Amino acid sequence: MKNMLMSLALGAGLSVAAVSAASAATLDDVKAKGFIQCGANTSLIGFGFPDDQNNWTGLDVDFCRALAAAIFNDPTKVKFTPLSAKERFTALQSGEIDVLSRNTTWTMSRDTSLGLKFAGVTYYDGQGFMVKKSLGVNSSLNLNGASVCTQTGTTTELNLADYFKANNMTYQVVAFEQEQEVLKAYEDGRCDVYTTDQSGIYAQRLKLAAPDDHVVLPEIISKEPLGPVVRQGDDAWFNVVKWTYFALLNAEELGITSKNVGEMMNSTNPEVTRFMGKEGDFGVAIGLTNDWAAQIVKHVGNYGEIFERNLGESSQLKIARGKNALWTKGGLQYAPPIR
Amino acid sequence: MTAVIDEARPQRVSFFNDPKVRSRAAQIVFALLLLWVGYEIYHNTSANLAKLGKNVDFNFLGNTAGFDIIQRPIEYSRESSYLTAILVGFLNTLIIAILGVICATILGFVIGVMRLSSNWLLAKMAAGYVEIIRNIPLLLQILFWYTAVLKPLPGPKESLSFLGVAFLNNRGFIIPKPIWGDGAGFVGIAFIIGCIAAIAVSRWARQRQERTGEQFHSFWAGLGLIIGLPIVAFLLAGAPVTFEYPELKGFNFAGGTTILPELIALLLALSIYTASFIAEIVRAGIMAVSHGQSEAAHALGLRAQPTLRLVVIPQALRVIIPPLTSQYLNLTKNSSLAVAIAYPDLVAMGGVVMNQSGRAVEIVVIWMIVYLALSLFTSAFMNWYNARVRLVER
Ligand SMILES: N[C@@H](CCC(=O)N[C@@H](CS)C(=O)NCC(=O)O)C(=O)O
Repeated sequence: MKNMLMSLALGAGLSVAAVSAASAATLDDVKAKGFIQCGANTSLIGFGFPDDQNNWTGLDVDFCRALAAAIFNDPTKVKFTPLSAKERFTALQSGEIDVLSRNTTWTMSRDTSLGLKFAGVTYYDGQGFMVKKSLGVNSSLNLNGASVCTQTGTTTELNLADYFKANNMTYQVVAFEQEQEVLKAYEDGRCDVYTTDQSGIYAQRLKLAAPDDHVVLPEIISKEPLGPVVRQGDDAWFNVVKWTYFALLNAEELGITSKNVGEMMNSTNPEVTRFMGKEGDFGVAIGLTNDWAAQIVKHVGNYGEIFERNLGESSQLKIARGKNALWTKGGLQYAPPIR
Repeated sequence: MTAVIDEARPQRVSFFNDPKVRSRAAQIVFALLLLWVGYEIYHNTSANLAKLGKNVDFNFLGNTAGFDIIQRPIEYSRESSYLTAILVGFLNTLIIAILGVICATILGFVIGVMRLSSNWLLAKMAAGYVEIIRNIPLLLQILFWYTAVLKPLPGPKESLSFLGVAFLNNRGFIIPKPIWGDGAGFVGIAFIIGCIAAIAVSRWARQRQERTGEQFHSFWAGLGLIIGLPIVAFLLAGAPVTFEYPELKGFNFAGGTTILPELIALLLALSIYTASFIAEIVRAGIMAVSHGQSEAAHALGLRAQPTLRLVVIPQALRVIIPPLTSQYLNLTKNSSLAVAIAYPDLVAMGGVVMNQSGRAVEIVVIWMIVYLALSLFTSAFMNWYNARVRLVER
């Protein structure tokens, strides 16, 4: 009898757990539960990494905070789920997270057959290689016969195979599931080469015992447009994520920063008044309040500020804006207008 | 037996208190529940997949994999299919499982016998081994051995050389690769003939011993046949083999066959860990054979060695084999921890395919079927062996 009751309880528990599936109205769900569940990286300096005070910092992390600011006028209304490269898509597909912001490359299959949708490109990247200086290698075309450490479940392992094939070179791939293992194996001499997105290489190099003993080779072997991802079939939520990204870019373009956002409220420039929500119903139209964009900038700053503090000169990484400059400054970052 | 109980019971039992009825009812309810849970799982999975616009379909296995694999027992490149990649993972799992079972069994038997040794130091050392090893999580041991194997080894340029033909470095153990020429087939045929002949000789020797009591060293004769015949064939065919020697070229050695440090570390960890359990099983098995058995054998004039071989071990095996089977199954399943150290086993390769194709349900199904089949096969084999060594009463 006791056994029977136990199995009954077990069965009931199982089916309840199984019934809670991904809902199509993510924005309503998010508002109802009062926070955003954001899938992020835990170990990538500049994108998702705990700083000395144990605050989670990074471009990807700040993007989720910007979303929270747009929805709740409070950037802390976000909970992060640490995800490895391998786990991330299942977590999003199953509804465990609302948005995936984890240095994820926009590719056709991910954007279509995986049932996902990319909301924009928050960072234009490309894959690179790092080797020990002592090897004396100065081009990735001299890597014939090398062993290469990398992470599974990434575009990285695919690009690697393409590149060596295209250049008629042989190599040995040592692919780990956990990033710490990749770096450790490289440091222990298991591999000659470490490869990932170039921003990731600069970030990971900082973790090595003697970063200056390693050089990043000049070649970029792929296009890695990194951006936030949502599930297909939920246009309202997709719009919120996409326009949060555009708001960050438009703010920079209009010169609206976290410091001057108060003064800008009084601006008479029509583009700025629309951005601030003093003209039109743009925020309400996507299910938010009209000052949604102003809230984003007030709490987390514009794209340029986020870049600067996480990746730019005022960070450890000191990455130049390069392709990630605004289109007006010769870069690729470009947002459609709010009107 | 039932009659006794029936008598002790009151004549009329209420239908609801009848233990037979109650147990039947409980079983039926449980079976229904099980069916319902199974249906719920199936239903929810397909409903959720449909919501995502997906279906369960194994055709994707024919698509190009696009990634490379470090250890390939069969022909594989980035142009191969997902199916081939999974097959490579499966074969790598088989390799580590078979090597692991062999090493763990040998080590386990040695430690188990050591624990029973009358030598105090040996016995205590074996006991210490068992207590320490089986109480440390296997994953930690794997990571430990991986670091322990990798850290002290030099890079390719400073490799440890064995007579200049084999080399050990942190890329692995690189040995010459035999390339068989014409006539090498005869060596294989000779080997098979040798095996058959050895079996025949041992049969004949046993029958003769049963008839006449005369003994014959069939073990050594058999070994001679199995090794000797192929050597003779090899020499007669004009030594049809050349070796491809490893050569330092650029980053690493080219040519030869490489035994990966990942394989070595995983094999060390799995065999050392599983051996600690096997040692206990062996000790229990030997202790289960009553002391009177060996005393009786001694009384009949058998010396210590034949007593062990002919009296104690055959009886101990009956106790040892069933739990040994579950250790083999554990080892096979534990080999999936390979994922932690870049050894491309079935779980690691399935994981990569799952991630690159987005086909999670299909991959999980493949994993379950393959591990289930492996386990059932191992059990079936061990049951067959168990039946063979069972005490035959005459
Ligand atoms: N952009 C690539 C690679 C992303 C990726 O996972 N990169 C690694 C190497 S930088 C990483 O972030 N690892 C951190 C971790 O798993 O903790 C992709 O989307 O497939």
